[in-house]
Amino acid sequence: MKLKVSAAAFAIAMLGCSTVWAQNTSRVKVGLMLPYTGTYSALGNAIENGFRQYLAEQGGKIAGREVEFVKVDDESDPSKATDNVNKLIKRDNVDVLIGSVHSGVAMAMAKVAKETSTLMIVPNAGADAVTGPMCAPNIFRSSFSNWQPGFAMGEVMAKKGIKKVVTITWKYAAGDESVRGFKEAFEKNGGTVVKELNLPFPNVEFQALLTDIAATRPDAVFTFFAGGGAVKFVKDYAAAGLKKTIPLYGSGFLTDGTLDAQGADAEGIFTTLHYADSMDIAKDKAFRLTYAKTYKLQPDVYAVQGYDAAQILAIGLKAVNGDLTKKAEFAAAVEKAKIDSPRGSFTLSRAHNPVQDIYLRQVTGKENKLVGVASKALADPARGCKL
Amino acid sequence: MDFATFLIQCLNALQYGLLLFLVACGLTLIFGIMGVINLAHGSFYMLGAYMAYALAPLVATTFGGGFFATLLVGVVVSVVLGYLLEWGFFSFLYEREHLQQVLMTYGMILVFEELRSLLVGDEVHGVEIPPLLAGTIPLGEMMTYPVYRLFISGVCLLLALGMYLVFTRTRLGMMIRAGSTNREMVQSLGIDISLLYRVVFSAGMALAVFAGMVAAPVSSVYPGMGDTVLIICFVVVVIGGIGSIRGALLAALLIGVVDTFGKVLLPQAAGVLVYVLMAVILLFKPDGLFKAG
Repeated sequence: MKLKVSAAAFAIAMLGCSTVWAQNTSRVKVGLMLPYTGTYSALGNAIENGFRQYLAEQGGKIAGREVEFVKVDDESDPSKATDNVNKLIKRDNVDVLIGSVHSGVAMAMAKVAKETSTLMIVPNAGADAVTGPMCAPNIFRSSFSNWQPGFAMGEVMAKKGIKKVVTITWKYAAGDESVRGFKEAFEKNGGTVVKELNLPFPNVEFQALLTDIAATRPDAVFTFFAGGGAVKFVKDYAAAGLKKTIPLYGSGFLTDGTLDAQGADAEGIFTTLHYADSMDIAKDKAFRLTYAKTYKLQPDVYAVQGYDAAQILAIGLKAVNGDLTKKAEFAAAVEKAKIDSPRGSFTLSRAHNPVQDIYLRQVTGKENKLVGVASKALADPARGCKL
Repeated sequence: MDFATFLIQCLNALQYGLLLFLVACGLTLIFGIMGVINLAHGSFYMLGAYMAYALAPLVATTFGGGFFATLLVGVVVSVVLGYLLEWGFFSFLYEREHLQQVLMTYGMILVFEELRSLLVGDEVHGVEIPPLLAGTIPLGEMMTYPVYRLFISGVCLLLALGMYLVFTRTRLGMMIRAGSTNREMVQSLGIDISLLYRVVFSAGMALAVFAGMVAAPVSSVYPGMGDTVLIICFVVVVIGGIGSIRGALLAALLIGVVDTFGKVLLPQAAGVLVYVLMAVILLFKPDGLFKAG
């Protein structure tokens, strides 16, 4: 015991020195639990690309330790998530979990991570609960909470003098939470949500609800859809003739990675998100250039979130000198850190959700052009978190 | 809901129902007549949608283009593909248990998804509505209705009529119906049943591909799009009665109505209403509305 303590003391004393032998030189096992098939497969790949890009910038090592990946396709299927995450933790003995895109999967992961106190970084899933009631010292998020873009848009629309709004979304966590965030800010600033429409995920037959919107005649519509559903919704909205009469606003995923398919029907739509195209941030420009060169793809918000997940891991790992058993020090270092992200630098809240600028963007051409900052350093209220 | 809105919602219901029929009729053909549970039907639908997206530029350079030329090429390709798939895989399944059929066709879903990912990638794509049909008709003061949606409905109706005529009025239809009732007897009458099945399978696949291609401009093209379609297709087939074209049409329209009005009037239950409908119908008619044969 004494020997152990003195060894630890020695290691702490060596902190900052780059003596290789004092560090844990075995590989860090990173478990990537992401969707590699199905609707969200492009997102899963972008996250992994972003993660690997940061790693490559660090010469393939974090805090002197090489990184080994164990990949699991979570298929965006919450019912398989607990099994998958248990495999990663118990069979593969991963040191850190990265995942996932789908909120339901991320919740199942967070539950297991919390019980086994495995280090976990969420690179996309915005479920409020991950950094709310489910928050834990070992769970971090590099993306956003669903509440954040919704809340920012509520303020923006109320300031524009819009009074009556209909919301429409899929009936599942991400949709509900976006709308709740929106409603909170919008009604606090004097607006009214006259009707909340929703349809089961991932149903894309919108025609009945569009007719309902036309019959209700609100001043504007706020929506949360993503991926294929977002494309179809924007196109159907325009085809139903509503684009001209009732302006459409949304959480940023409505027009992210979907603009090619949406074409002219998306033109002019305002959305809020923690990332935008053509931002004047040096870090972003460098990031985009390298990404485009390496992967022959344009980076998106998911790639940024993957990149930042790697940054969070690196910051924590460096602070504990590669020793992942020191969970408290890891968390303390990450909480103190200012993360130099392509989206602009951000910090993590006590509940480990990014405290970040939410941008207002407008679709111009094939870009989500930055209009301004919708909400500066917006922090999720982390309701239900006892950290 | 005022009367005008009600009428528009009826139109929505009709249109959605017809679209469902278009996708499901190929499945009921293969399932009902050949007795094969084809889980890959959704993949055929996806294949069609991706063909509408990926073939268009190729067709444009070789034949001068056009949406309808692409449709034609797509259907021809799918008939050939269906013929080969039947010959290579499905023809071994007729005598097997349903479980083995499910296993193989599920495997096909995975293969098709992976191939799609390798060949076209995982992005979401849009397909342009042909300029001829790109217009909209005003409905009330606020809304417009896309002409293309009406076109889809028209195509579905024509197809339903065509299939009905082929089944009831032609020799081929007679052979198919006979084949579904008693395979051996038809064979002993000197009809090449294997060839017949191959034709039916090709037709079923072509219908799914065609549905995917026609729906692509309104549904957009994205990974996993076949999965969601597959489930609702099975609901249509089960409600309608396995193998019955007439039943599939009626079931699709019923689902259209329940889904459309369910979303508006009972939004909390919209997700389950269709399945409640199925349960209720099966309670009273365990074989579906119309059982073939």
